[in-house]
Amino acid sequence: MEPSTSTDTQRVRNKRPSKLTAFLTSRKIAPYVFVTPFVISFLLLFLYPMIQAFVMSFQQVLPGQTTFIGFDNYERLLNPTFYRALLNTSVYVLFTVLILVAAPVVLAVFLNSKLLKFKNFFRASLFVPALTSVIVAGVIFRMMFGESDSAVANEVLGFFGISPIDWRYGSVSGMFLMVLLASWRWMGVNILYFLAGLQNVSDELYEAADIDGANPIQKFFYVTLPSLKPVVIFVSTISIINGFRMFEESFVFWQANSPGNIGLTVVGYIYQEGISQNDMGFGAAIGVVLMLIIFIVSIIQLKFVGAFKED
Amino acid sequence: MKKFVGLALVPILFITGCGGNDGSGGEEAGGDAEETEVIGGDAEDATELTFWTFNEQHIGIYQPAVERWNENNPDRQIELTAEVFPIDQMNNNLRLALQSGEGAPDIADIEVSHFGSFLEGEPQFESMNDQVEPVLDDMVTGRLDLYSKDDNYYGLPYHVGASVMYYNEEIMDEAGVDIDSIETWDDYIEAGKQVTENTDAMMTTIETTDQFTFWPLIAQQESDYFNEDGEVTLDNETNVETLQFMKDLIYEHEIAETAPGGDHHEEQYYGYMNDGGAASLLMPMWYMGRFIDYMEDLEGKMQVRPLPKWEEDGNRTAGMGGTGTVVTNQTENPDLAKEFLAEAKLTEEGNIDLWTELGFDPPMHSVWDSEEVGESNQYYEYFHDDIFDMLLELNDEVEGLNITPETSDATNEINTNVLNNAIRQESRTPQEALEEAADSVRSGMSDE
Repeated sequence: MEPSTSTDTQRVRNKRPSKLTAFLTSRKIAPYVFVTPFVISFLLLFLYPMIQAFVMSFQQVLPGQTTFIGFDNYERLLNPTFYRALLNTSVYVLFTVLILVAAPVVLAVFLNSKLLKFKNFFRASLFVPALTSVIVAGVIFRMMFGESDSAVANEVLGFFGISPIDWRYGSVSGMFLMVLLASWRWMGVNILYFLAGLQNVSDELYEAADIDGANPIQKFFYVTLPSLKPVVIFVSTISIINGFRMFEESFVFWQANSPGNIGLTVVGYIYQEGISQNDMGFGAAIGVVLMLIIFIVSIIQLKFVGAFKED
Repeated sequence: MKKFVGLALVPILFITGCGGNDGSGGEEAGGDAEETEVIGGDAEDATELTFWTFNEQHIGIYQPAVERWNENNPDRQIELTAEVFPIDQMNNNLRLALQSGEGAPDIADIEVSHFGSFLEGEPQFESMNDQVEPVLDDMVTGRLDLYSKDDNYYGLPYHVGASVMYYNEEIMDEAGVDIDSIETWDDYIEAGKQVTENTDAMMTTIETTDQFTFWPLIAQQESDYFNEDGEVTLDNETNVETLQFMKDLIYEHEIAETAPGGDHHEEQYYGYMNDGGAASLLMPMWYMGRFIDYMEDLEGKMQVRPLPKWEEDGNRTAGMGGTGTVVTNQTENPDLAKEFLAEAKLTEEGNIDLWTELGFDPPMHSVWDSEEVGESNQYYEYFHDDIFDMLLELNDEVEGLNITPETSDATNEINTNVLNNAIRQESRTPQEALEEAADSVRSGMSDE
């Protein structure tokens, strides 16, 4: 026994070039090595700015003169402009979540159907908007929805005998534009999630439904939808979060200022106050409140759909 | 289903992503200059200076200034790199650079309504007093005061910015109106009725997303957004009446309409005006360049006149808009940058260039009757040759503006809420709209 053991240890020793590598690749340490890049970038790029922003929200930040002003920034937050921004953002979130969950599910089912011809063409064309720059898309949308009678959207309305609309000046039409741009842009991505989800729905379930005599609509509601529940939760969660942090869709239509603040979002308000008006402390306070709102809404939503339950 | 617990992490990851305008709109938010021009690149051993601006036109006066400087100072050559950004982006970049203490240019242009907020705290600019004081007597001092704080002059102006009325003579003739007969706003309204009756054009357009109809009109009556002590006067009687007057031009007298595109700097507006959409336009002198660049068909048809008066002995103009050029405290060559900027803006040659290159009414009044200013140039060709005489007459009537750190706040209220709600949507009376705006500005002033 003795000699054989010694050759074994020898062989093992030869395979280990250094103690450091051995340490790093040991079972206990390796996981930490792998997560280090993420942890470092999280600490530097997320946690540090977050704490800094939190501190800043209690300050008046001016070049060379930074003073603590207690809750002043938060007190000033209770103003009609902020309420307007919050309202706009909430309405936007509501509509984008409804549209960007319901429509992609239906479209994904169609795209997954064996009966549909030119499937790849439709898949590709629905996905392409996600690849375009929102700035470029915004320019095109702004032209389509111009105020003149000859803008595309007003031409279409004219065809149905409806008089032209000042799209970018009304609060309802303004919201419509933002939701439309977002829906157009993210539809393809969400379809992709649902298509992936559909590949996991077992054929046996459909066969069983067939045997029970279910029609296509019943199959959709009783087989497809329940199977897609995890994807629905995921898509609605990211839609809510993206909705609350929306900025570009408003920016491309109105830049920093929209008439009557119809396009002002919470993030837009941070930009306006913090950067354009040189009031970083106030901007930071808005950011902190927005963070709390997103956190609470997300928790409620996940709780509501039962994402925390162990089943 | 354990995997959902992992999902709960998702919001946290995304939340952290929104701690400050992340870069997804990056095409506009950060980004490079739209255009970069290097002036004096052939100079040897030249010191490099950078200059940020939001108006490409402004570069026009630095070209000859660099040439003059390099000729007169062979041992202190300059190479000026001028970078043009969209205005919001330039302001943001500059603000963040000044706040963080690095990345600012040597020289920068700051538009007047934002200037006040740049002076909050300790101004991060070099005081220009040593350059300004020797020539102070030759300057329209009101324009220097706009860019000063605590007796320090920080910004040098481009122009006096006298507001004037541009008339399209072709339309006025067709309507049978002699523009020289228009002396008061009542005359103007009467003339407007003749225009709308006899031609297809409107008398004028009113801005609803920018302030260059409202501000000149109230400034002409010596009112403003703030008084001399920096208190909000946005909702005073004059302002309310003026806003009502603008509204009446559209809805009661039916001689005006809202500017296509929202204001007088929109593609839609240029096209509309160029096609003879309106017979007149209230804008400052510096708007002449826009006519030449964007409205070619109107060459030779436009006439420039003083504004109609509110009262018999009232002012016929108002100093409007403007940009202060500053030297930042991050420059490595403060003396060189300051002396060069003075060469460009505080010399007679520089002020003559302001007129001949940019069509701006120069703030140094000693050049107003000089020979060079009288010589024909593209502005005289486009607008007829009596414009400068008219300016000379008007310049005594240019009142200063009261610029405060909250001016950009007030501007923002006017451009987003007041004009839109009171004029375009008619959802508020002028009184209500201005009161709401004034309250909002006051609440932002807190107790600093």
